Amino acid sequence: MNILSIFTNPYLWASTIAMAVPLALPAIGGTFSERAGVVNISMEGIMLISAFVSVAFSAYFHNAWLGLLAGVISGILVAYVFAWAAAKMYANQIVLGMAFNIFASGITAYLFNAIYGPEGTPFDTPKLPDVKIPVIDKIPIIGQILSGQNVMVYIMFVLIILSQWFLFKTTVGLRLRAVGENPEAAETAGIDVVKMKYLGVILGGAFSALGGAYLSIGVLNSFSPEMSSGRGYIALAAMIFGKWTPVGSFLASLLFGFATALSYTLQESSISKNIIMMLPYVVTILALIGIGGKSVAPAADGIPYRPKK
Amino acid sequence: MVKKALQSILMPLIAIFISMIVGGIVILITAKQNPIYAYIALFSGAYGNLMNFATTLTNAIPLIITGLGVAIAFSSGLFNIGAEGQFWIGAIVATYLGYQIKGLPWYLHIPFIIVCAMIAGALWGGLVPGLAKVYTGAHEVITTMMMSYIAIYFSHYLLEGGPMMDKGTIPQSPLIQDSAKLSILVPNTQLSSGLFIAILAVVVVYILMYKTTIGYELRAVGFNMKAARYAGINVARKLVLAMGLSGAFAGLAGAVQIMGVQHRLYDSFTSGYGYTAIVVALLANNNPIGVVIAALFLAGLSTGAQEMQMQTNISGQLADVVVGLIIFFIAIEELYRVIMEKIKTRKSKLEPVGGQE
Repeated sequence: MNILSIFTNPYLWASTIAMAVPLALPAIGGTFSERAGVVNISMEGIMLISAFVSVAFSAYFHNAWLGLLAGVISGILVAYVFAWAAAKMYANQIVLGMAFNIFASGITAYLFNAIYGPEGTPFDTPKLPDVKIPVIDKIPIIGQILSGQNVMVYIMFVLIILSQWFLFKTTVGLRLRAVGENPEAAETAGIDVVKMKYLGVILGGAFSALGGAYLSIGVLNSFSPEMSSGRGYIALAAMIFGKWTPVGSFLASLLFGFATALSYTLQESSISKNIIMMLPYVVTILALIGIGGKSVAPAADGIPYRPKK
Repeated sequence: MVKKALQSILMPLIAIFISMIVGGIVILITAKQNPIYAYIALFSGAYGNLMNFATTLTNAIPLIITGLGVAIAFSSGLFNIGAEGQFWIGAIVATYLGYQIKGLPWYLHIPFIIVCAMIAGALWGGLVPGLAKVYTGAHEVITTMMMSYIAIYFSHYLLEGGPMMDKGTIPQSPLIQDSAKLSILVPNTQLSSGLFIAILAVVVVYILMYKTTIGYELRAVGFNMKAARYAGINVARKLVLAMGLSGAFAGLAGAVQIMGVQHRLYDSFTSGYGYTAIVVALLANNNPIGVVIAALFLAGLSTGAQEMQMQTNISGQLADVVVGLIIFFIAIEELYRVIMEKIKTRKSKLEPVGGQE
């Protein structure tokens, strides 16, 4: 296969964007959470739970939108428990995240077997629609890349802009960031630290859940155990690489999305697919060790805070 | 002192108890079966007779060794959650040396494999995540996790038509030489003399962590990094060392699993031992003796879960659910403190100063 023809193929770029969605959404979610000072590595587990709940509801009600809604609600509920344990019980957030991830992988596999058995999710489970964008669709190459994507791709674009605006232009966004930087000062200024942590973690859960739903009823219309395959962790790396901003997280996710898309495209070539499948993980490590500049975490990130009152 | 020891045992016990109840509720709702029968099936499947117990012990061996490694990292304040990948690297090295090297007597072949697998695990777990942590601040949670996925895909690469694939169509490696196999302790089971390696590892880690300067310094770094630095400990070097040691034990576990149980590398996606080992270390509160107890419990849970699946048709994945819950209920230890305090204040309200009479 001609190497150049791989990169001029619009399909590669279209799938780069598609592959970035389940990374960018949890990465932005993680941004909210860590800006409020809570490290949530359970985004992996939340994605998995939402992916399962979305499929189950989508199959049962035969409506993918209901599936998406149920998935997001499940993500919010799980995140609520996480927020309670992190903000009210001052639990070690990494240990907590591990607990949630193991629980999520167990409960989804268990329920998957209990409900669907070896046949798996029903073949006629509806998936979220692909959308053709009227004018852009007609433009050559650009149309192939930007139009006809799954509806979640466009929802993601809207959410990126909204998130950036919310975090940096609104009072609540400012308060959220203040809590992650200096909770004591924030509390002195009259900000309810615990409430802000809840908000950050729950937003994180909702965004991760969107990413999880996209995996099961966006890209596909089925679920398989462990289908999140580490994306929650890669999303954390994207968030760091994106310097804890929504737009940055998205751009970093594009890079990882590209690595994933490339690994799929190159599967037809003579290089072993397993070697190429390592690419996104290698890129993540390279990104983390600072290729692309150093990024500094919110000062109080990951440290449990006990309110003075 | 006794009170503290009691508390450190009580906490995991409470967490286990609550988690079993929640797991029971899940059984009740989803499978509509009596959870008590399910748990009886689970425990007799784990410890009920010699064969079952031997299987539990067999599963406990990799958990003990990997758990020790994770505990070393935890004690030093590091979250090595990539033990799974280090385990695989150890297994890959052990398999390769196990079938490639021919004609060595077992007493040379086995130690050689052990040393190489430990070095490989140490490099995988220590070098990249440890150095990245020290020099760039990259969080070890993500780097070790990424290294895990890379290790797993690497093993797929080696086996699926790669350099380690055996003749035929099944993605598996050739069998290791007899000289690389650990002897079986209980006939008709898979319990091997790897058990002695696990016991030896416990003793070594206990002495290392509690009786040597290095161990003291590692724990000092974990206890308070700034104070350790102030006390003149080279923190950066200790962090890399802790990650390396942690990886070395995970690598050893992978090698013991190949030499004692599997005898070849399969293309199964994940062993899961590396993840469960994290729970082992948490339950054990990083204490080497505690690691043995926790490993026996968790190995029993997974062995018994299979038995439960056969007897009651309840999927064995329920074990993971319970494990996740256990960690959760350990993590929120604050809750017990809050509850205890509430009980105390209520008591003092009920008994006014001076008493009733």
